[in-house]
Amino acid sequence: MTKLLNLISLWALPVILITVLTCGIARKVPVYEVFTDGAKDGFKIAVKIIPYLVAIIVGISMFRASGAIDMLANVLAPILVKFNIPPDTLPLMIVRSLSGSGALGIFSDIANTAGANAYSTKLAAVMLGSSETTFYVLAVYFGAVGIVKIRYALIIGLLADLIGIIAAVSVCNLMFA
Amino acid sequence: MNYIFYFLIVASIIIGAINGKLQDVVNAVMSGAELSVKVAFSLIGIMAFWLGIMKIAEKSGLIKWISKLLQPITKVLFNELPPDSPAIGDIAMNFTANAFGLANAATPFGIRAMENMQGENKDKSTASNSMCLFLAMNTAGFQLIPTTVLAILIGIGYQNPTEIIAPTLIVTSIAFISAIIMAKIAQVLSCRLKEQSND
Repeated sequence: MTKLLNLISLWALPVILITVLTCGIARKVPVYEVFTDGAKDGFKIAVKIIPYLVAIIVGISMFRASGAIDMLANVLAPILVKFNIPPDTLPLMIVRSLSGSGALGIFSDIANTAGANAYSTKLAAVMLGSSETTFYVLAVYFGAVGIVKIRYALIIGLLADLIGIIAAVSVCNLMFA
Repeated sequence: MNYIFYFLIVASIIIGAINGKLQDVVNAVMSGAELSVKVAFSLIGIMAFWLGIMKIAEKSGLIKWISKLLQPITKVLFNELPPDSPAIGDIAMNFTANAFGLANAATPFGIRAMENMQGENKDKSTASNSMCLFLAMNTAGFQLIPTTVLAILIGIGYQNPTEIIAPTLIVTSIAFISAIIMAKIAQVLSCRLKEQSND
């Protein structure tokens, strides 16, 4: 099963490329011209999202540097122990929605200090792999089209992250504890 | 968004001052701003590549075919988009790329989907219901194989890294489905509120 999944993930990109290009040629699409025409927008979009990224990334960098996450972790730690959640995974839960590189760093920390086969490492791996950086996705996608009034999008993104954390804790408790 | 931005900055400064980390907070302004531009610029090449590929897929009719294939699902989920909207093909491609862990490809597909949904949007500065649902689907981060996490686990000498694939898949599916359900509930609620305020 896992071998099959790995095979799929290796071949996904080549298959997409072959399919798209072959379809294009078969339908007499001038693939080179059309490709370069479409690719032109890459720079425009990247530049367009910069202000939104700056707002979100600077805000979150400041928040992480202020030590707020450690304070939050200290307050929440005693509650988590009751639910059989190792406290060292708590910073990851908080940072996961805020910063992708931050979450990766914390995950490496947990894995290196708790050991490769510790329960904390497994739980952290599942939490990291099953979720996205909500704030980043929000900044990029809404930024690219200039949306500033986001309505309920962020609340639902964060609620889904919370459900993901609860699910990760429950599933890992059943499978690894 | 205004309050979140205000909160992040002001709370960071106050908490940083209490913790004696004000210098770090100030430094974070510089490093964060620099990082944002790095992130945006690192996207240019791969974004251009996939936007080019997407254009070929569009011109050859491939995207239209995929959207038709997925219409039974997208008609229910994205009921506010016209059934022949080009956004549906982009949404399908974005989901596929995410599922296979091709995050680099998923972003340009997603941005194209947002642009096409913006075309149907009446108020250009406010997110439509379809956009919110699409965003919820993306922030839940559904993927079949967590490639990055597996690579790290193998790197630190984890003995059986593939054992986390199944639990990750279960958890990501739960989060993904609940994100969709919550977005649909919010859509219905916000419609009701609007009707009430119109009465």
